[in-house]
Amino acid sequence: MNLPSNLKYSASHEWVKVEGDLVVVGITDFAQKELGDLVFINLPNLDDEVSAGEPFADVESVKAVSDIISPVSGVVAEVNEELLDKPELINDNAYEAWIIKVKNAAGMENLLSAEQYNDLISKEG
Amino acid sequence: MGSYLPSTKQEQKQMLEAIGLKDLKDLFTGDVPNSVLLENSVNIPEGLSEMSVRTKMENIAAKNTVFSTILRGAGAYDHYIPAIVPAVTSRDEFLTAYTPYQAEISQGVLQSIFEYQTMVCELTGMDVSNASIYDGASAAAEGVMMTLTRKRDRVCVSATAHPDVISTIKTYCWGRDIPFELLPEKDGKLDLTALDSLKEDTACVYLQQPNYYGQFEDAELAREKIHKAGAKAVLGVYPTTLGLVKSPGEMGYDIAVAEGQPLGMPLSWGGPYLGILAAKKELMRSMPGRIVGETVDAKGRRAYVLTLQAREQHIRREKASSNICSNQALCAMTASIYLAVMGPKGMEEVAQLCYDGAHYFASELCKLPGFELRYKGDFFNEFVTSCPIEPEKLEKELAKHGVLSGLPLENGVLWCATEKLDKNAIDEVVGIIREVCTK
Amino acid sequence: MKLLFERSVKGRRTYLMPKSTFPKAELPDHLKRKEAPRLPEMSEVAVARHYKELSKQAFGVTSGFYPLGSCTMKYNPRVNEAAAGLPGFTGVHPLQPKDTVKGCQEVIIQAEKLLCEITGMDNMSFQPAAGAHGEFLGLLLIKKYHEERGDFKRKRIIVPDSAHGTNPASAAMVGFTVTHVPSDSEGQVDLEALKAVLDDTVAGLMLTNPNTVGIFDRNILEITRLVHDAGGLNYYDGANLNAIMGWVRPGDMGFDVVHLNLHKTFSTPHGGGGPGSGPVGCKKILSPYLPASKLGDEEKEKSLGQVRSFYGNFLVVVRALTYILTLGKEGLPQASGMAVLNANYLMQKLKDVYPMAYDRLCMHEFVMTLEDIKKKTGVSALDVAKGLLDYGMHPPTMYFPLIVHEALMVEPTETENRETLDEAAEAFMAIYQKIQEDPESLHLSPATTPISRPDEVNAARNPVVRYSFDKQ
Repeated sequence: MNLPSNLKYSASHEWVKVEGDLVVVGITDFAQKELGDLVFINLPNLDDEVSAGEPFADVESVKAVSDIISPVSGVVAEVNEELLDKPELINDNAYEAWIIKVKNAAGMENLLSAEQYNDLISKEG
Repeated sequence: MGSYLPSTKQEQKQMLEAIGLKDLKDLFTGDVPNSVLLENSVNIPEGLSEMSVRTKMENIAAKNTVFSTILRGAGAYDHYIPAIVPAVTSRDEFLTAYTPYQAEISQGVLQSIFEYQTMVCELTGMDVSNASIYDGASAAAEGVMMTLTRKRDRVCVSATAHPDVISTIKTYCWGRDIPFELLPEKDGKLDLTALDSLKEDTACVYLQQPNYYGQFEDAELAREKIHKAGAKAVLGVYPTTLGLVKSPGEMGYDIAVAEGQPLGMPLSWGGPYLGILAAKKELMRSMPGRIVGETVDAKGRRAYVLTLQAREQHIRREKASSNICSNQALCAMTASIYLAVMGPKGMEEVAQLCYDGAHYFASELCKLPGFELRYKGDFFNEFVTSCPIEPEKLEKELAKHGVLSGLPLENGVLWCATEKLDKNAIDEVVGIIREVCTK
Repeated sequence: MKLLFERSVKGRRTYLMPKSTFPKAELPDHLKRKEAPRLPEMSEVAVARHYKELSKQAFGVTSGFYPLGSCTMKYNPRVNEAAAGLPGFTGVHPLQPKDTVKGCQEVIIQAEKLLCEITGMDNMSFQPAAGAHGEFLGLLLIKKYHEERGDFKRKRIIVPDSAHGTNPASAAMVGFTVTHVPSDSEGQVDLEALKAVLDDTVAGLMLTNPNTVGIFDRNILEITRLVHDAGGLNYYDGANLNAIMGWVRPGDMGFDVVHLNLHKTFSTPHGGGGPGSGPVGCKKILSPYLPASKLGDEEKEKSLGQVRSFYGNFLVVVRALTYILTLGKEGLPQASGMAVLNANYLMQKLKDVYPMAYDRLCMHEFVMTLEDIKKKTGVSALDVAKGLLDYGMHPPTMYFPLIVHEALMVEPTETENRETLDEAAEAFMAIYQKIQEDPESLHLSPATTPISRPDEVNAARNPVVRYSFDKQ
């Protein structure tokens, strides 16, 4: 399982990376495999508030739609609009295909390490 | 009694034995609480043979009056239905199929919906159409619901729209607890000044072209004002006009809806009809209902499937923008066949016939004393006149001649002419009206 | 197959309209469309052959066995079509004077009376055009009921996790939030979980009974009583009424409002997806709020308004009435009884090899789960469904209800004979054989249909939803 050790993870299968003042959020490789071929993503707007544990976007496969849960609280500073046309980028490389960048992020301390997340998904898988 | 059960008593017994039971009732006694299990069915009449039920239904139908001349529209129109239309739609394979979820054995139905979507886009000038909504009024309601956003959730509707459309949109708004506003009428059209003071939270404005009184609205100017206020513009149209009249797309509207009944469906006391819903590409993902898309099969052959399904209730559940699943598929196919045989030329001809006929009818009628056009604007095939006698009295008198009069309104009569009336028919009708009103 | 547009030849046409007998009037230029719609230009025979070809690639009830769970694909009697095609019905304008539509009124009045008797309701509206449309109206009635009593805090609707997707979607359209209650190990509503979510914010409960796993909830009287005690109303989703006609009535089970699917239970054809009819019946307490009646009586002042134009899909009601009059008092319970027997008979034949989600007598449909089979062999519910296509039958409903993994839901209906059920069982067995011996062949199925599996991912990622004239 591809789990970069420099990232933090949430139990709801998002990854988080600190990038200067911003916190970058995407979904994990495990999550994209479970979801299958993604066909669309509904993204939040700039300046939307996100709260840890609450959905901020959703991804569609052919026969399912799944919420993406925010791992942190804060305000949406950037949105990866490239995903609107190419949701498959998430399938191709989940850790490259970031979804949003969050400013004023809080709640980082509750996230999991790669090792902890690995334990979690080996139970689920 | 009639029944469609193939099993003989003997077979029934054997099948019951195969699952270890004796009597049909045993299938229910285990689970259905005794206190509510019916001893002897429900209290309705004994069943009938096919022959008897057919006679009975014929007798009921005979209690209706079928008018040979119909001068009434107001949302349901007496257009000619080409003979091929019902011949195709009554084919078992189309009539009795379910929604085409199994694409491999449903290409015929799927392709016909794809063709329907394309023809609706062509007629309305829009980019994308769904596979149909229940009728014109519910299509209007679903159409305005597509425009709601978090910041804008007010729905404004012109008072000149069809009363059933207004009432339906109002109900949908009350359901969602969002503001509904009726924009005032002036001289039989939307008062355009109302569009200059739209509230900031206005999601959309719904306008009908031609409107309930048959009048052409200043739809282009209205659209400019609506967009200037940052709202979406939704136009309800009468599809028969579109062979001749500017389409919603040409006028820059975001969403077009229509009652599709004029495209090959009989009057049928109001249904089944066809809700047409089409939109600009940007709104595709907000569109409710089924949509067919083109793709390829595993061998690279062109194929059609239901697509963008993650918008819909069976996947998105309480987050879906609408709950619609069953639609009016066979009516959409009806419209497709109608449009295919009419072609662009036929659609232009029927529109011109309606237009010419109604204008001839209006001018002849207004030569009679006491009949005057209520509104001065341009109209298509419907117009309101004053009436020198009680409209209901005129209605009764015309009925004696097999003529369904125009619809009595508060301020006169709403008349309609379709291609089914030629000059002779109109001259005859005007003659009767003259006689009735001068008696 | 070619599209209509690919068969179009400029200048070709079908002649339908008469020559104008009027002096020509000229539409003002500013109202004229600038470009004609690119509709097909075809002769009538070309159109006729086109649709004939399409019909060969469509599957109706007369094409073969159609055990599509939850959809009640029973035979659609032709006499219903004859009745609906009577000019005395088709030629009537919806706004004709009331004394000229006595026949139409009689259809509605009789259908209301019979369906109220069948469901145990007091009044009915035929305005909703489909089941989901009926759910919308039914929930609006519940909303109105609470609002009329000044009770504005009731904003929650309880829906079991096994429910049709329309239930939560309808609740959202009525401004309610959805509270899901789990099912117990037998597929019934978990009573303790239900009790835990009931309070004075509950507007009502939506329930299908028999439920979506084909099981009649034995605790139904307890469930509806609990909801009533909490001040909520009970909504009956009539999707599965075909199991219980003439045996038990929703009204007697404690339901206050129901919707029916005339296109399922009452044998009106599905038309490739519609038109249906979703009448809503209710108890007296809700009757004042029904959509405005136009049958000649005074418009009720408390009516909640309309959910569409005119009176609904009238011709569908004509068909359903013809059907009910044909079956009558003794025919209805016979039909439901045979629907349930056929389901149990087929389930019995399959359950040794295909694990059933719930091992007890089913009602009119049953749900199998291929979860274990998939784990062991890689063959999914989808593969089995696609495999069945090669046996000339329509597959069962796939992947529903959501609470059963790898679900296939089978509803044979009462109009199938034993041989058909036996043949279907044989097809299932032949597939089972393939699962054991050659699972790969099932991933590639179907092999005999006009197309093989379509690329749905591509269709959704790059939506092409209309023909493009430019690519020629």
